[in-house]
Amino acid sequence: MSDSRDSEARARLKASQDAWTKIDLGGSAAKMPLRQSSFQTDGGIPIPDLLTPLDIGNPSAEDVERYERELGFPGQFPYTRGPQPSMYRGRLWTMRQFAGFGTPEDTNKRFKYLLEHGMSGLSTAFDMPALMGYDCDHAMSRGEVGKEGVAVSTLKDFEVLYSGIPLDRVTTSMTINASAIYALCAYIAVAEQQNVSQDKLGGTIQNDVLKEYIAQKEWVVGPRPATRIVVDMIEYTSRYMPKWHAVSISGYHIREAGATALQELAFTLADGFGYVEECVKRGMNVDDFAPRLSFFWDVHNDFFEEIAKFRAARRIWARVMREKFGAKKPASMMLRTHAQTAGVSLTAQQPYNNVVRTALQGLAAVLGGTQSLHTNSLDETYALPTQEAVTIALRTQQLIAHESGVDRVVDPLAGSYFVEYLTDETEKRCLKIFEKIDQLGGIIRAIEEGYPQREIADSAFAYQREVESGTRKIVGVNAFQSEKSAPIPTLKIEESVGREQNERLAAVKRARSPQAVQETLRAVEEACRSGTNLMPPVLSAVKAYATLGEVCDVFRKVWGAYRERGIF
Amino acid sequence: MSEASTRKLRILVAKPGLDGHDRGAKIIARALRDEGFEVIYTGLHQTPEMIVAAAIQEDVDAVGMSIMSGAHMTLFPAVIDLLRAQGASDVIVFGGGIIPDGDLAPLKAMGVAEIFLPGASTRDIAAWVRTHVLPRD
Repeated sequence: MSDSRDSEARARLKASQDAWTKIDLGGSAAKMPLRQSSFQTDGGIPIPDLLTPLDIGNPSAEDVERYERELGFPGQFPYTRGPQPSMYRGRLWTMRQFAGFGTPEDTNKRFKYLLEHGMSGLSTAFDMPALMGYDCDHAMSRGEVGKEGVAVSTLKDFEVLYSGIPLDRVTTSMTINASAIYALCAYIAVAEQQNVSQDKLGGTIQNDVLKEYIAQKEWVVGPRPATRIVVDMIEYTSRYMPKWHAVSISGYHIREAGATALQELAFTLADGFGYVEECVKRGMNVDDFAPRLSFFWDVHNDFFEEIAKFRAARRIWARVMREKFGAKKPASMMLRTHAQTAGVSLTAQQPYNNVVRTALQGLAAVLGGTQSLHTNSLDETYALPTQEAVTIALRTQQLIAHESGVDRVVDPLAGSYFVEYLTDETEKRCLKIFEKIDQLGGIIRAIEEGYPQREIADSAFAYQREVESGTRKIVGVNAFQSEKSAPIPTLKIEESVGREQNERLAAVKRARSPQAVQETLRAVEEACRSGTNLMPPVLSAVKAYATLGEVCDVFRKVWGAYRERGIF
Repeated sequence: MSEASTRKLRILVAKPGLDGHDRGAKIIARALRDEGFEVIYTGLHQTPEMIVAAAIQEDVDAVGMSIMSGAHMTLFPAVIDLLRAQGASDVIVFGGGIIPDGDLAPLKAMGVAEIFLPGASTRDIAAWVRTHVLPRD
């Protein structure tokens, strides 16, 4: 009796796998052929397109049902096994090393170096003044210009930053949030100068303001007006920039601030659902914008927990998008993500060990099914990385991709008792945190109440206590210490960067039309007040060489500058 | 013993500049409080002027600054100079963060009493405060 039920279930799985092979995999291979006609291990064992419970014996009907419900096929709901049918057999993840320091010339040079060495996409780091909406000559910018990223105050700086880089042929990621609207408009304007229209631009702007209040703490105005600007950008890009990701919903900073993997997952997905809700309130159709939302995870030390986090994230996003928001397009339910190894896990002691930490974390991201990856450099507890250190970090990814063999198989840990258990537990516990956020009145309200901030501070403190008591071992720090080793080379940003940038800013201000600046900034202010989309007036202001600080000053004037209470 | 030497030490934990990495500052603030000091935390994005105004107003014995942004060579001396200008040069200034080794000696020459680097334990920092910071009269 149960035998026949079991064999029926197996036949059903076999039939759906055949359909998947023909339709899903065949369809994706027609668009993008597999990298090889067949794959095998180094020893010559063939590696099939996909392995399922059918490959390891005779699963029961319950096993098959569980597989269908919780895992599914890669590229199919609930996307536990990955967003694409062929995963890395079709295309490797994008190796996207985040770079930005000093003047726009310095960063432009680093971009070109990395592109020549096999990096496949650009990623721009901006300095703190740019992130906080201040020009390089503002009093708050003292000592910070070009230090943690590239210095930009006007369109002129963006012209230099991307000069000689064909913007229709690279994809670019820009890590900027509160002032993101200025950066996106500047990117569009630079592309126009290269005769590349905005619909051809591919890339991502981080633009996740909610996590700024939770963790990264680079803001201009409060969470509600900031979210309104994000919704304007989602609306604009979904209409005019079909290849652009308007938000990269980021767990990275939440994790670096001290969150556990679970808190990172829950708060980040909650932020994502927060944006979806605001867009729906605006009257947008979920399937018109959700396909362009993307994610950004941290990958920390706990290897299997991290892999489970990636898999659970895809499943939760898919389920909530379908069930709560009524998404119909697969792309609206399919979570795609960038990942970065955990900067916070690197140690100043025995810094060469950081190469190994990063390799393990990078491997976890790949086994979790990331779409792109940044691997950190060994020297980042001291300063921004040197070119040599960045090269080792990039080589680490290339080793994972081309030597380890993990690129030849889709979701290799599916069916592992441990990984499936962790994936289920992660999902369950994440839903509990969602309940708490719902009780508080949604994620924006929870942030205003300081709930995620307090939870993260508690976890950070607990982690520190574990390190200090020795219950958590960190090699080279509280275990296996050695004599202080010789200092490693570090990158130094010259203090002259600030002066050079101030001079360039002054020259731009002399050359521009003050009247055009005034008029375009007035239009920005009107749009802030009237609620019409801010993208067109900000684009005009950028093209008139209004500065990043001037545009953000308009936001501060209309909505007030944000201040956080100093709680600890 | 005078009253001054038995009262709790008052420490201002400050986060100067635009850098929002406050994980370290908050851990230090909490750990010092747990160790029995009176701790005031400024919150983020403080100018040197704001930090010194808070130090004077709160009548603190020491200021601990956390800087991850690379702006340490500008922000530490700015705070020390302003304290001196306000007649409060006896307020001890110490700090921590992402500080390259080569900058340690110049910072100490500028008057920074101690710099704690990544991996320093909160207990060591508390012990240092206890031995190096004296209640101001």
